[in-house]
Amino acid sequence: MNKTYYLLAAYAVTWIIHIAYLGTIVRRYQRLQGEIKDLKKPGPRS
Amino acid sequence: MTAPTGITRVTLLKDLRLEWRSKDAINSMLFFSLLVVVVFSFSFDPSAEESRQIAGGLIWVAFLFAAVVALNQTWARELRNQVLDAYRVSPAPPNSLFIAKTLGNFIFVSVLEALMTPLFIVFYRLRALGPAWQLLLVAVLGTWALVVNGTFFAAMSLRTRSREIMLPLLLFPISIPALLAMVQSTTAILNGEGARFWIVLLATYDLVFTTVCLLLFETVLNAE
Amino acid sequence: MKKAFPILGVLTAILLIYALYQALVVAPTEKTMGDVQRIFYYHVPSAWTAFILFFINFGASVLYLIKRNPAADIVALVSAEVGVVFCTVVLITGPIWARPVWGIWWTWDMRLTSTLVLWLIYVSYLFLRRFSSSGETPALAAALAVLGALCVPFVYFSIWFFRTQHPQPVMGGGGSIDPRMLHVLLINWLAFSCFAFLVCWSRYRLESLQREVDHAHALQSLLDPRGSVR
Repeated sequence: MNKTYYLLAAYAVTWIIHIAYLGTIVRRYQRLQGEIKDLKKPGPRS
Repeated sequence: MTAPTGITRVTLLKDLRLEWRSKDAINSMLFFSLLVVVVFSFSFDPSAEESRQIAGGLIWVAFLFAAVVALNQTWARELRNQVLDAYRVSPAPPNSLFIAKTLGNFIFVSVLEALMTPLFIVFYRLRALGPAWQLLLVAVLGTWALVVNGTFFAAMSLRTRSREIMLPLLLFPISIPALLAMVQSTTAILNGEGARFWIVLLATYDLVFTTVCLLLFETVLNAE
Repeated sequence: MKKAFPILGVLTAILLIYALYQALVVAPTEKTMGDVQRIFYYHVPSAWTAFILFFINFGASVLYLIKRNPAADIVALVSAEVGVVFCTVVLITGPIWARPVWGIWWTWDMRLTSTLVLWLIYVSYLFLRRFSSSGETPALAAALAVLGALCVPFVYFSIWFFRTQHPQPVMGGGGSIDPRMLHVLLINWLAFSCFAFLVCWSRYRLESLQREVDHAHALQSLLDPRGSVR
């Protein structure tokens, strides 16, 4: 029984790593969208 | 004097002269090397039997640290006086600069190794059971492997943040096969076993990486 | 092209779930190791995927050095990053597998050691990318990638010889594999390859967009005489 925990741990860790990486992509993408919106706005001094 | 070997010689002599004049750098490097040997000796206090097994690894790690400190020094000087820009603009082939720098570093690191080795022998009561001349061969090939990649990566790290840490960060992973060869061959020779495979591997590594570094150095020089 | 992405995403998800089912339920239980052996179906495909991605990095880097194509540079960056992610998975599932089977978390066997060195080389590549402030970072990174890739045969060869001199338990066993297990392995490999492709594609799009935005910022600070809004 104990050994099966290792199996589940391995599979879980795999997906945690992948999801974490995808999360960084999503987060950066959202930040970029914010920057794009700022760029499109006319600046306060222009 | 625009022949490549002429330029190499001039650059190399200039570097050696500068090193000789700035005794501060040499003295601090020497003292650093001594410290490394002493600290390692405190950390590991093996019997004569055991020391033959682990000395190979310890010596090369110590050499590696000394090499990194030396390598960081040599390019920093060029950067300070914008010498690199002058090189880029001049018609001198970039390879001459690279070979000169590598040779200079090689000589510098070899001097450090020559000073650290007797200390290691004394502190670890080392006695080679195998042919000692092979140890010299390993030292030359191994040092060249570290220095040729190190000079290349030092040039690459010039415009990076945290420049001093960048060099070992880039150098260590790629040097691992060479390091394994250096350590294994040294251990084998000390214990009177065959080191031929490792020496051949090291020589091949040197050949391949020297060639590729020469081919790619122009890219690196122009990229700064 | 963009419309295809969600569809491919759903298909890949289905494929991954199917592959998971195959690995956990359909694949036969291994005689000596038991159910823990099923980690194999995630560990090995991740390794193969990482190797392919690193090879793509090598190709893209060489292409960049020859043609200075910006797209090649982005492909090099993306393949290295995603390759490191998959390589990390290999290095973590390996010990999780080794512990119940061999009783030790790590063994300096051929496969694990080589994978670790590979991981170190490509992480150092990513560090150069991150820390280099030269405008020519792509060229520098490409040069490093070429050196790193050339190092790989030396890594394998040296560790192979080291291991034949000092043998250790071999992770993952050797020899022939049950054809049913091979079938499940290949299904998982296919699923992970599709997944890797989609991740690379997303990362590629992110990087292209990032560079466009950086360009726009730079233009803005050049054109606005009173300084950039940032």
